[in-house]
Amino acid sequence: MSLLNPIVNILPDLNKAFLETIYMVGVSLAVALLIGLPLGVLLFTTTRNLFFESGIVNRSLGFAVNIVRSIPFIILLVALLPLTDLLTGSTIGPRAASVSLSVSAIPFFARIVETALREIDRGVIEAAIAVGATPWMIIKDVLLPEAKPGIIQGLTLTTISLIGYSAMAGTIGGGGIGDLAIRYGYYRYDNTVMITTIVVLICLVQLIQMVGDKVSYIVNKR
Amino acid sequence: MIEIRSIRKEYVSKKNRVIGVDNVSLTIQTGEIYGIVGYSGAGKSSLLRCLNLLERPTGGNIIIDGIDLTSLSSKELRKQRQKIGMIFQHFSLVSSKTVYENVAFALRAAHRSKDATKLRVLELLEIVGLSDKKDVYPAQLSGGQKQRVGIARALANEPTVLLCDEATSALDPTTTKAILQLLKKISSELGITIVLITHEMEVVKELCHRVAVMQDGRVIEEGPVYEIFSQPKQELTKQFISSVLDFELPSHLIDESEGTIIKIQFEGQTAGESILSDTLQSHAVKGNILHGKIEYIQDVPLGILIIELIGDAVQIHSALEYIKNRSSSVEVLKHVTA
Repeated sequence: MSLLNPIVNILPDLNKAFLETIYMVGVSLAVALLIGLPLGVLLFTTTRNLFFESGIVNRSLGFAVNIVRSIPFIILLVALLPLTDLLTGSTIGPRAASVSLSVSAIPFFARIVETALREIDRGVIEAAIAVGATPWMIIKDVLLPEAKPGIIQGLTLTTISLIGYSAMAGTIGGGGIGDLAIRYGYYRYDNTVMITTIVVLICLVQLIQMVGDKVSYIVNKR
Repeated sequence: MIEIRSIRKEYVSKKNRVIGVDNVSLTIQTGEIYGIVGYSGAGKSSLLRCLNLLERPTGGNIIIDGIDLTSLSSKELRKQRQKIGMIFQHFSLVSSKTVYENVAFALRAAHRSKDATKLRVLELLEIVGLSDKKDVYPAQLSGGQKQRVGIARALANEPTVLLCDEATSALDPTTTKAILQLLKKISSELGITIVLITHEMEVVKELCHRVAVMQDGRVIEEGPVYEIFSQPKQELTKQFISSVLDFELPSHLIDESEGTIIKIQFEGQTAGESILSDTLQSHAVKGNILHGKIEYIQDVPLGILIIELIGDAVQIHSALEYIKNRSSSVEVLKHVTA
């Protein structure tokens, strides 16, 4: 009983932190899907010999994506504070942390989508062009379905990365599990809380990976 | 009718310029099965892909049924492409879609209604003999079945032209035969013009009415298949034909034989006539058949016989004259003047 006591005591805090993490990761994942997916499609379809071929668009988008990806997240977090303030009216809390998490997730996911699209056999795209399909039809009915297993794997990868990043956001007041671990584990030397958060994170990541693999397997018809 | 006018295709990279198709002009009649043969790198695939502008030619025009494809807007081009079916060496089916959905995709591209699409897909699967596989994914099909789906997809919008890009090269001989039979049936029943590229002369022999031989981006020889088989002019053409009509005799057989060895080629009707027995009856010579073969090209026989004639010089000479008059070509491989 005495061993469980500290855990029972922090349960309300743990619960709140857990929900905050889910919130941050959920929002930034949604933004990544909404913006990163089209961005990835655009990155792919503007390459040579594809229907939106455009060197300028492709290179500028690629450059923008690389810029964001070269900035370490902890620095991006601080650098984006003015933007965060502008968008959410605050620089602390999970809502604020979601801004920089989203900004870093968009290019990350876009590159994953682009890579998944590159895996598609060029002949399949050509066959669709040859039957007179519009670019929109090809994207919707050929590119995305063919890349679906890869995109779902990428989504899993992005989610897990975001959980890691969200902990970093926690250190500068973002809330969530990372925040909890720092406050109790680091500042108060409370190993129980530290270990509990680690166990929770491990379980969470395992679960996400398992679900991701399963779904990716189901949609893969190859 | 397909008119290919002075088509050129160049591939430009940073370092060099490669010419894929070098000023090719051909006319392909409606309903014809037209073969283009050549080794890989000869430019036949580039030329075929220029026909529906999968590759835009660097110069020249493609005119199909009076419409110059090279002058169309992308929207008009999409509409024309629906009238040009295409099948591929590696089938190129969408792996995440069922057989039904793969074929239906082509019909949706042409904005057919849902009901019309359903009816048409079932009809097409019936034509290619895959009605029972409609809800199966491509990964569960054999190569031949995949190509049948490819054919159904290509025929979906009632095209006037079917382009075949090495359509049987990835298939085993039995399946190849079945697919060729299907293409033949489609050509004769639907009246579709078929343009196919291949490196297998066997396919040309089975299927084509006319053939063009390509080398280094140019068409070096072109004509009716029978004519090309019986009287090839270019060295490369002869090489291709030898894969079907190979008559090399072992050299020791020629060395050891006592008589005059001749090679007779029979074309068309004469192949059916009994030239040899007539010759032997009317001349005092003996004849041994060393080798012989009759190929049917478009149901017209093309025969080659290698025989040894034994007898005195005068009789052999007269027998040779007699055969020369009745066959299309006689070649003396070894002359014995005993």
